[in-house]
Amino acid sequence: MAVREGLLALLDAGPRVGHQLKTGFEAATGGVWPLNVGQVYTTLDRLERDGLVATAEADGQRTYSITDAGTAALGAWWEAVGGDDPPPRDELMLKVLMALDRGPDHALAVVTAQRTALLALLQRRRRDQRGRATDPAVGGEALAAVLVDDALVLRAEADLRWLDQCEARVLQARR
Amino acid sequence: MTVTDTLAPPEPVPPVDAIRFLDVAKTYGSGDNAVTALAGVTLTVAAGEMVAIMGPSGCGKSTLLHLAGGLEDPTSGTVVVGGRPVSAMTPSQRATMRRRDVGYVFQRLNLVPSLTALENVMLPLELDGIPTRDARDQAREALSAMGLDRLDRYPDDFSGGQQQRIAIARATTGTRRLVLADEPTGALDTANGDQVIELLAALPARGAAVVLVTHEPRFASWADRVVFLRDGRVVDQSEADDGGRR
Ligand SMILES: Nc1ncnc2c1ncn2[C@@H]1O[C@H](COP(=O)(O)OP(=O)(O)O)[C@@H](O)[C@H]1O
Ligand SMILES: [Mg+2]
Repeated sequence: MAVREGLLALLDAGPRVGHQLKTGFEAATGGVWPLNVGQVYTTLDRLERDGLVATAEADGQRTYSITDAGTAALGAWWEAVGGDDPPPRDELMLKVLMALDRGPDHALAVVTAQRTALLALLQRRRRDQRGRATDPAVGGEALAAVLVDDALVLRAEADLRWLDQCEARVLQARR
Repeated sequence: MTVTDTLAPPEPVPPVDAIRFLDVAKTYGSGDNAVTALAGVTLTVAAGEMVAIMGPSGCGKSTLLHLAGGLEDPTSGTVVVGGRPVSAMTPSQRATMRRRDVGYVFQRLNLVPSLTALENVMLPLELDGIPTRDARDQAREALSAMGLDRLDRYPDDFSGGQQQRIAIARATTGTRRLVLADEPTGALDTANGDQVIELLAALPARGAAVVLVTHEPRFASWADRVVFLRDGRVVDQSEADDGGRR
């Protein structure tokens, strides 16, 4: 996602002014993507230039709305799926591959260090969770933050499993 | 409460090491058939601490637990349980240590099928000479702490997760302060696994030490410390860096 898709998604719900788009964008993205106002207006200008957004002036305020072309572009974005050809250039994966290129011992050292750090992250989150009461019912912004948290935990778990796999395969190859 | 009680608060109890491994090695077989399971492990688990052990298959995790429970002897090095070196114990002291101090939870569900849940937990207590009435009270208490009821049912009448909770009750009744759990979630789905680990993770607050072998990061993350083994050695440790224990 780029800022433009995010803004189109917000405008799909109805016309907005610039500062509403900024706060709406930040809330919807669970706090992981702060924007400055300049970015919002530059992006809106480009969207207008491309015919995806229309503007109207009233009481000295400029209101933005999505056009039919904008709705179509947004629909295409909702439907697009990330491909794996070529595979995404994942930072952790590339780091381990480069380490392996230096030799199995270096690969194992890198796997170990990365795994320890990821597990410490999971332990910290678990500790925070235990500090909180049982999961409260969440909605809106709080739900977005919880989903961000879930994503970080589950990805760390997946990365840890992959690192375990790397370790086992490197050990097997070395024997 | 007396005046002296208010004036002199009790000295904080110094942390006791539940188990210590000092440069412990274990080799199975000899000559060409020798397999080194542990190649010099030094590790301490304190009372009130939960430590997870992770590492690839065959790296020596189960061997470590066997040595901790006095089920096997190290080839070299020292295993100290509750302040006493296991190697210095007579066979009968060692048997007593296994009965009184150490509780096991295994991957396979290993309750006695012909005994009820309550009787399964009472059994080791009665073997240890605790009168039936007291054993029953202690067993009931441990089982209800695990959220179990209708204790006159047989293991087969309980789900896998519940059976593992009965095993934890059995491993924590009486004076047991060291709980050794070897892949206790291996036979369970995620939800039941979570429940079992949550119960294990609650034990340190009551003073027990827990050593948990698992390959699931999700479960290991409950531990205060995660120790990574490879080829019989500790390669790294990760601590929940919140600036101190509970
Ligand atoms: N009783 C035994 N006799 C011979 N070899 C054994 C015995 N127990 C374990 N081993 C070997 O010792 C190594 C460590 O085993 P184990 O502690 O069970 O590993 P883990 O639990 O990490 O998978 C393995 O190579 C295993 O084959
Ligand atoms: Mg094992």
